[in-house]
Amino acid sequence: MAADTLLEVANLGKTFGHLTVLKNVSFNLSRGERVALIGPSGSGKSTCLRAINYLEPPTEGDIRLEGQSIGRRPNGQRMTDREMAPQRAEIGMVFQHFHLWPHLSVRENVALQPRKVRGMSRSDAEMLAGDLLGKVHLAHKAEEMPQRLSGGQQQRVAIARALAQQPKLLLFDEPTSALDPELVGEVLTVIKELAAEGRAMVLVTHEIAFAREVADRILFMDGGQIVEEGPAKSVLDQPQSPRLKQFLASLQLGGPDE
Amino acid sequence: MSDALPGLIVEAFFAGALVTVKVTAGALAVALAIGMTLAAATVLTNSRMLQTAIRIYVEALRNVPSLTFLFLLYYGLASLGLRLSSMVAAIVGLGLIGGAITVDIFRSGFRSIPVGQSEAATSIGLTPFAAFRLIVLPQGLRQALPSIGNYAVALVKDTSLVAAIAAPEIMFNARQLVNETFQTGLIYGSVALVYLVLTGAVAQVMSLVERRLETR
Repeated sequence: MAADTLLEVANLGKTFGHLTVLKNVSFNLSRGERVALIGPSGSGKSTCLRAINYLEPPTEGDIRLEGQSIGRRPNGQRMTDREMAPQRAEIGMVFQHFHLWPHLSVRENVALQPRKVRGMSRSDAEMLAGDLLGKVHLAHKAEEMPQRLSGGQQQRVAIARALAQQPKLLLFDEPTSALDPELVGEVLTVIKELAAEGRAMVLVTHEIAFAREVADRILFMDGGQIVEEGPAKSVLDQPQSPRLKQFLASLQLGGPDE
Repeated sequence: MSDALPGLIVEAFFAGALVTVKVTAGALAVALAIGMTLAAATVLTNSRMLQTAIRIYVEALRNVPSLTFLFLLYYGLASLGLRLSSMVAAIVGLGLIGGAITVDIFRSGFRSIPVGQSEAATSIGLTPFAAFRLIVLPQGLRQALPSIGNYAVALVKDTSLVAAIAAPEIMFNARQLVNETFQTGLIYGSVALVYLVLTGAVAQVMSLVERRLETR
């Protein structure tokens, strides 16, 4: 393991009965690096992302964060969810459908993790939540209930909630796919700002232009495997495999861009 | 005799209504505790054995008439040497029957909360129990509340059954009065009114709680 390696994903595999959804997926992520997973729907990119924090436990392979095996005990046995909780706390996750908690205010949504997982006092946690909401440009919505926010605003709250974990790694699972087109920009802007801070992230996205701009590296997945990978610009500008060429052609290299 | 009757009715009804309220409150507490605990345990553990045990409990108590079950507790256990007072038998009996009803209400309440809610809770590093307690439970209870309200109203009415095991609730007292006075229409009509007041009060409290939770 190189000194600056943050995440190692080795030979990840996942099957549902006879169906193989991930096969031999391996990649590393350095500190501060940003990787985008792209590919057609059903290619396994979301499953791969969800396997990293074991929301979708892989059936094979090894995941390490700072050299520590995630989801497995030293003897290789699966950990229980309870044992895994401290590991998951290190990894922030942003979901396609936000999954904010509707019975808690925006501020409470963000403050819950620091309070209940990291044992911060209520006032400290709520102050931190206020700061983070400011960071996603929603300080004025802190006392609202999530349902009263637009999709784009909800997703930004979800990002603040993930940041409240002070995570070593951020995972984004198609963060803009559930949004109306006019709300995509505000979420991408926030993610770009986080990228500019040098946060390590793995992004599953359909926004190719965005991936090109934000990601250092792109992994193209198809049929549960990584078909092609490399620096963002070269992967997108000089695709090698026919499948990637076809995929990019089908997207017309488009997407809302500046 | 007829001059004293209104006073007698009021006295007997007041004492009876008090017992009815006590039995309702006691049985409700037992039923909610059993229902919530079992429902939480099934959602949290996914244990086959527990599911089966709960299924048996629910099916047994749902398919045995309440009166039979109360007799079994009160007379049946007594014949085995375990004598319960009629109040204890009433509260425990209706509570156990109620647990079989509320466990399904709570369970469907908890299950109605989208998986994404607990996934988000798990992903921030909450343990499964904490995720349940902080995220699923409060939302699930809100979902369950209307049905729990209906159950509570039904329970008020069902407490009339415990007259049969000599718990001195309102129906029991009414029957005593009828035996003494033969004023069936007046007395049972008044009983009906008292039940209407009690069920109305329960319904009112429940909708108040519901509205309180909604404005949150």
